[in-house]
Amino acid sequence: MRFVDEYRDADRARVLAAGIAALCEPGRHYKFMEVCGGHTHAIYKHGLEDYLPEAVQLVHGPGCPVCVIPMGRVDDAIAIARNPDVILTSFGDMLRVPGGHGSFLDAKAAGADIRMVYSPLDALKLARRNPDRRVVFMAIGFETTAPSTAMTVLRAAAEGVQNFSVFCNHVTIIPAIKAILDSPDLRLDGFIGPGHVSTVIGCRPYGFIPRDHGRPLVCAGFEPLDVLQAVHMLLRQLAEGRAEVENQYTRVVPWNGNHRALEAINRVMELRPYFEWRGLGFISHSALRMRDAYAAFDAERIFQVPGVRVADPKACQCGEVLKGVLKPWECKVFGVACTPETPIGTCMVSAEGACAAYYNFGRFTRQRTRKASRA
Amino acid sequence: MITEEQVLERIRRARERRPRVREERITLAHGAGGKATQSLVEAVFVDAFRNPALEGLGDGAVLGVDGARLAFTTDSYVVSPLFFPGGDIGDLAVNGTVNDLAVCGARPLYLSAGFILEEGFPVADLERIVASMAAAATRAGVHIVTGDTKVVGRGKADGCYVSTAGVGVLERPLTLDATAVRPGDAVLVSGPIGEHGVTVMLARGELEIEADLTSDTAPLNDLVAALLDAVPAVRVLRDATRGGVATVLNEIAQSARTAIVVDEAAVPIRPMVAGACELLGIDPLYVACEGRFVAVVDGAHADAALTALRTRSLGEHAAVIGHVQDDPPGLVLARTAFGGTRVVDTLVGDPLPRIC
Repeated sequence: MRFVDEYRDADRARVLAAGIAALCEPGRHYKFMEVCGGHTHAIYKHGLEDYLPEAVQLVHGPGCPVCVIPMGRVDDAIAIARNPDVILTSFGDMLRVPGGHGSFLDAKAAGADIRMVYSPLDALKLARRNPDRRVVFMAIGFETTAPSTAMTVLRAAAEGVQNFSVFCNHVTIIPAIKAILDSPDLRLDGFIGPGHVSTVIGCRPYGFIPRDHGRPLVCAGFEPLDVLQAVHMLLRQLAEGRAEVENQYTRVVPWNGNHRALEAINRVMELRPYFEWRGLGFISHSALRMRDAYAAFDAERIFQVPGVRVADPKACQCGEVLKGVLKPWECKVFGVACTPETPIGTCMVSAEGACAAYYNFGRFTRQRTRKASRA
Repeated sequence: MITEEQVLERIRRARERRPRVREERITLAHGAGGKATQSLVEAVFVDAFRNPALEGLGDGAVLGVDGARLAFTTDSYVVSPLFFPGGDIGDLAVNGTVNDLAVCGARPLYLSAGFILEEGFPVADLERIVASMAAAATRAGVHIVTGDTKVVGRGKADGCYVSTAGVGVLERPLTLDATAVRPGDAVLVSGPIGEHGVTVMLARGELEIEADLTSDTAPLNDLVAALLDAVPAVRVLRDATRGGVATVLNEIAQSARTAIVVDEAAVPIRPMVAGACELLGIDPLYVACEGRFVAVVDGAHADAALTALRTRSLGEHAAVIGHVQDDPPGLVLARTAFGGTRVVDTLVGDPLPRIC
């Protein structure tokens, strides 16, 4: 497949892997966090860890948008969906996320009209086609998806659509990275920066990471060679005693971001004073809500939203996993009570979640898999 | 601190736990062919109906009747849309049941056809569906000998559902059984994968992706017969429908308590299917086929099997896609084209509902 195979070339991977091994200082161990769930998924899907030396460990970060949604917000959305005239629309991977009382899929089976869409524009289309229903879009995601939500609201406003609203759960990546860096029990040597978020926000907002914390960050694409090259660039910075923000994903990420996308977000949404993250707790100025000017499209103002707060299950250690303190399999319930069929924590739900990715793809140590595939 | 070995052991035990249905109501996941379907079948149906013919959970039951060996199977079709490039619900319903019999090693003979129709459904559409069923039956050399019709009120069904059952006779003295699979065996597919699932999904027009693809729906009985004539050492055959090749391989690996290693680069797949899957973030190994089967044969006969398949037009792109080894038992691994290795597990939720 053109424009894909080039980034999955095993010969180039071997060359990069040799370079990576050569850059590792003997006796030193390196821990890099890939912030974005898309990277986690790519790492497992392609078996990328088979190319990394023992000394390099990848830690899965908080960048899976589904994984950071607290259970209370799922319950709130279901409460909205219970209004008989409401069609709740959502991306497919939200459907199985457990709230305090079941998932969207369960609510749907119990009678709520919940439909999967691929884009907020599909939800708007649904609203136009069903003028007697109220269509609510469950908006989730980082700066990657926030622009499309914002553009959809702008379009709905321009067209005067009155039966469309957004249940806004958009979050922002920088406060989450800050929360991780401020965590006292953390040992990370650098970050693989989120590629798609960076196409919107650019590379500048990461400047505080080398400046205040002395750690390098490399924005990376989502093909396996992108990730390997990012690891190589991080190791080279460390070897040369540098800590900088670098851009591996130059074919997509502009250094200064995408002004039009940022402007759209800024017109429609504003920062919330605080937002609860699954596992990470309340983080101030870490999420977006609709501005007053777009109150007519804000599901939180249109509907009675109970504002449910559900404490994360005690046994669940999603927070530690998201912070990279624990590996997925070090969580007490991993693979016992918490499996992809019966997820307790959200990390186990989405294919991008660190736990699900590990459970599905990565549960064999590198040595063991190597041995198995050679046998 | 728990070791990684202990975790693997934990997961192994979790995978072997007796399935339970935890949900209070049926969700779409129960019909998707993945783990939820598996638990529903095992915890509800098998538990209630328990008997040796059922418990094998093959594509059909093999029954001894007065010295003859018969294969018996049933399947229901709820595909949406009813008509799609390369086929419709009618030929799907005939081919699906013919194929379930064929992969039991049987010669398909007779089919039944049941129709659930929604008030208001156009008779012209029904005639079109029935005509394509008749044509598919002729092509497969079977007769539709009994049937049933029910009509439900408007809104109580989605146009037309079709249910077929079939009987075939096993004329060869062989037993196809996943538990016969051994380390060293070769794994084959009879043709390019994923065409049916992707075609139907795009035919719904929700994705605004266009591709010149047609469903692979076809009767496999001749191709299966060609393989069984050429290679006596076929261990097991499976129809790679809902859940795709990955699901079938997982079922085989679990029954046989062996590992299956798939070489991703060797899996035949048309570039357009690969491209659509890439765009949609779907793994083609999980996408349904309606005219492809997976065969596990004695490794020494892999070439003979391939030659036999490739002489038929339906099997011209057949390929050896992997092999069986002893460790780790019950798991399917893929050697990725990139050069790494990953686990190919049974799907939990299916991104493609109502494709058959």
